Amino acid sequence: MAKRLRAAAGWARTHLFAGPWDALVTLALAALLAAALPPLLRWALWQAQWSGDAAGCRAAGGACWAFIGEKARFILFGLYPPAEQWRAALAVGLFLAMAGYSAARFRLPAAGWALTAAACGGLLAGGVAGLPAVPATQWGGLPLTLLLTVLGLAGAFPLALLLALGRRSRLPVLRALCAGYVELVRGVPLVSVLFMASVMLPLLLPGGVVIDKLVRAQLAIVLFVAAYMAEAVRGGLQAVPEGQDEAASALGLRWWQRQRYVVLPQALRVALPALVGIAIGTFKDTSLVVVIGLFDLMTSARAALADPRWLGFSAEAYLFTGTLYFVLAYALSRYGRALEARLAAGEGE
Amino acid sequence: MPRLRLRCDRRCLRALAAQALLLAAVAGVLAWLAGNAGAKLAQQGIASGFGFLGKEAAFAISEHPIAYSPADSYARALTVGVLNTLKVALPALLFATVLGTLAGIAQLGRNWLAARLARGYVEAVRNVPLLLQLFFWYGLLTELLPLPRQAWSPLPGVFLSRRGLMLPAPAGEGWGTLLAAAALGLAAALALRAAYGRVRRGGGALAALLLAPPLAAWLATAGTRAWSVPALQGFNYVGGTTLSPEFAALLLGLTLYAGSYIAEIVRAGILAVPRGQVEAGLALGLSRAQVLRLIVLPQALRAIVPPLASQYLSLVKNSSLAVAIGYPDVVSISNTAINQTGQAVEGIAIIMAAYLSVSLAVAALMNLYNRRVALRGATR
Amino acid sequence: MHHTIRTSVAALLAAYALGQAGAALAGETFDTVKKRGTLRCGVNVSVPGFSAPDSQGKWTGLDVDVCRAVAAAVFGDANKVEFVPLNAQQRFAAVQSGEVDLLSRNTTWTLSRDAGLKLDFGPVVFYDGQGFMVPKAMGVKSATELNGATVCVQTGTSTEQTLADWFRAKNMSFKPVVIDSFDELNKAFFAGRCDVYTTDRSGLASIRKTMSGKPDDYVILPETISKEPLAPAWRHGDNEWGDVVRWSVTALIEAEELGINSANVDAQASSGNPAVARFLGTTHGLGAALGLSDKWAYDIVKQVGNYGEVYQRNIREPLELARDLNALWTAGGLLYAIPVR
Repeated sequence: MAKRLRAAAGWARTHLFAGPWDALVTLALAALLAAALPPLLRWALWQAQWSGDAAGCRAAGGACWAFIGEKARFILFGLYPPAEQWRAALAVGLFLAMAGYSAARFRLPAAGWALTAAACGGLLAGGVAGLPAVPATQWGGLPLTLLLTVLGLAGAFPLALLLALGRRSRLPVLRALCAGYVELVRGVPLVSVLFMASVMLPLLLPGGVVIDKLVRAQLAIVLFVAAYMAEAVRGGLQAVPEGQDEAASALGLRWWQRQRYVVLPQALRVALPALVGIAIGTFKDTSLVVVIGLFDLMTSARAALADPRWLGFSAEAYLFTGTLYFVLAYALSRYGRALEARLAAGEGE
Repeated sequence: MPRLRLRCDRRCLRALAAQALLLAAVAGVLAWLAGNAGAKLAQQGIASGFGFLGKEAAFAISEHPIAYSPADSYARALTVGVLNTLKVALPALLFATVLGTLAGIAQLGRNWLAARLARGYVEAVRNVPLLLQLFFWYGLLTELLPLPRQAWSPLPGVFLSRRGLMLPAPAGEGWGTLLAAAALGLAAALALRAAYGRVRRGGGALAALLLAPPLAAWLATAGTRAWSVPALQGFNYVGGTTLSPEFAALLLGLTLYAGSYIAEIVRAGILAVPRGQVEAGLALGLSRAQVLRLIVLPQALRAIVPPLASQYLSLVKNSSLAVAIGYPDVVSISNTAINQTGQAVEGIAIIMAAYLSVSLAVAALMNLYNRRVALRGATR
Repeated sequence: MHHTIRTSVAALLAAYALGQAGAALAGETFDTVKKRGTLRCGVNVSVPGFSAPDSQGKWTGLDVDVCRAVAAAVFGDANKVEFVPLNAQQRFAAVQSGEVDLLSRNTTWTLSRDAGLKLDFGPVVFYDGQGFMVPKAMGVKSATELNGATVCVQTGTSTEQTLADWFRAKNMSFKPVVIDSFDELNKAFFAGRCDVYTTDRSGLASIRKTMSGKPDDYVILPETISKEPLAPAWRHGDNEWGDVVRWSVTALIEAEELGINSANVDAQASSGNPAVARFLGTTHGLGAALGLSDKWAYDIVKQVGNYGEVYQRNIREPLELARDLNALWTAGGLLYAIPVR
């Protein structure tokens, strides 16, 4: 016992009280924790109300998790018809399972993904296999957030490749156009691009042509993300030694073949961690569709807050929604770390 | 040889043709879009062009660094918006840099508690959308602070309530003179230093040059300087200056969010410095703080500055989320202008132009700084 | 290089095809709606009493029922509506571009919108006006005492300008807190961020009743500083469609004037009263002239109810707002159905 105590004291001396400054920092932080934690715990757990109604919650004074119980369905699935909600849930489950499988194997099985995408699309939209159709205006919550993210990334990727290659092209006009596009988009906030898609795009199309609001928002996300991705890919391209391209050229490969088989595979390997970072950013940024009134996870959380019977539980709603975002984004960032480590190990071989 | 030249010529021609075609295609698409927009606007009878900028805005703005009233023009209202964006973005840049640097260093330091807390902060904040955090902070600020009549006053003349933080503000023209004198002194001192290089001696002269003008001005303007102290009068505090809860929530949210990214950048930058450097420094008898300040940070800076620059840019762009919590930034004011005039194209163009110019300015400054940092150790 | 061009051309074509898929030709809304089989109706994202989704994601409210009435008239089925939630900036563009067939989103009918934005407005479904609400503890009796106050106001509406105009005309000053979202603004007001809340009086009443928790602690001041007649809107010049909307709304009011409601409509249809029989399509109907079935008004009343029922269900009960201006003309209000005959 005494031995263990001495070991603990030793650990504390080197890890917490190594010098006067360290001791000061430790004490200050500990004081901060001591002041903040008890009221927080009291609110979140001990005085929390886990079931019942709003009046009971207000009387208890703590967190109202009953509110989350009442509204979880709406926050998760938004306006999706409750009778068909299992479809949205299944689509999300299918997608997450496929994503988990791909992440564990460090690969993207094309056929599997095509199948998953088709299944998710069919489940959400319906109209096939006897499922009643659910129009896109009723999609919402987590499925919509994931949809915007995944389609945004998938749509942006080819565009980003073209932009990155174009920016390194020998043709000055192409180079200038690609660079101009990338810098222009990177210079403005996503909010303004979304406004543009929602208010301005209808004006730019010929009379009579209408693109659905969801598609317009999706298009805005694709165009926005592509610029950032293009920069990540360009960074990867710069890391590929000149000699690789020259050697491939000497082998008689044409420009497209050289990019496809020699340069891009190496460049994308280098760019992968940055691309994962962009994926996380895109996932979080889809929450901005709040400003154009799409019912994503964020909007449905806020709509749940507007229920007159359940007013004043915004902290609970934001914590719940924040946790959802956190779990997915954190998983993705851990995956990014693992990927980086794997790539670093691969280089060492 | 001649054959080769011929091939080159053909290739050059092809390249030229392709580029001309590309340019024509892009121009064609743009013209098509513009044509559509023109036709629709004409059909809908919506005015176009920036003529509306001169018209009376007719709406009020809560915070305006320059004088503004609803009788002023849209142009002035939008200028207020741009200034408000800068007013929140610049302090956020500063605070986020300090916070991020501390959290980045703490994660690698030997203080276990500090490292854990810093790590927790970085992970929690980085993985949640900024918009959600802003809503959260704004809700917290407006619900937890006391009502104006029960405002908390930690110092005389300072009041904290749900209406914001009220502070005494300088009043009277004396302050302007004082500021000008201080600037003059600084300029003179800088000029002296530039002219003579880094003088070891003559520090006294430098200090005198720096301090004499403001000191003289201080004495000369004693009668025209005063403080405007906030006081509860009618509905609101009158006098002094106010930091609104919207501003505070936005500043807090932006600082914490960007700080978590900067912490990661700093951490990666420090990790990029070989361990041997630290060990060598310690072996030379430098303290840990000295090693950090004199050896690690200068080298880490080289890896830090480029990603830091893009982080600064995204902070400025993220300030556009102000619209969600009611801070009157350029997006929020353009929004109102679009609502009142129906001129969406112009309004969005103004938002984009404003951010583009700020982005370009920040990028240029950071490039300049990057060149300075990179040059000092440019042996590689 | 060629590949690049080919790819971009293909992408453009694809984008265009995508657009065509959802095409609706302006000027022929009625045909488009019939062909599509559903009505696309633009509504507010969330204003209790007018349009808001409930916990089950089902849209309810006065504006929502106007959409449902039009769908009942066109399809004989009030549920054939796709609700498109729109925010203030998007709403007019959504009508102009054909994204929605009908805008039923507590929108004030004004000259500049009718003529300037090339819209047409239907019969007024709700008479409103901008007012002020303050905490009772403040002791304010009239809006003229509000000099120097902090005012909570929602953006994206004419409210901001009306507010500024009124204070300027009175030579008073104020500080606005302008927030985009309805619930965020309510929270700010009840947390004491502002002294005064301004919006349409119906909104104030509903907010006071349902959002404050303690309605008796707040008072709505007597001043009404603007007139806000709320009406549905559609694209300018689309006359056939305009007729359908106009008479669908009128039928709601006419039914109340005739004393027909969703419960007694079947009995009324066979009651022998010639005016009622004509209205409900029992005898030679009025639908043909509109391009609708003779049962159009019957379907509206049967499935949606009359105006009184719609009001009772959406406004009177949940918001406890009296009929006042929105009573029938026979009861001292402004609602007067143009004769359906």
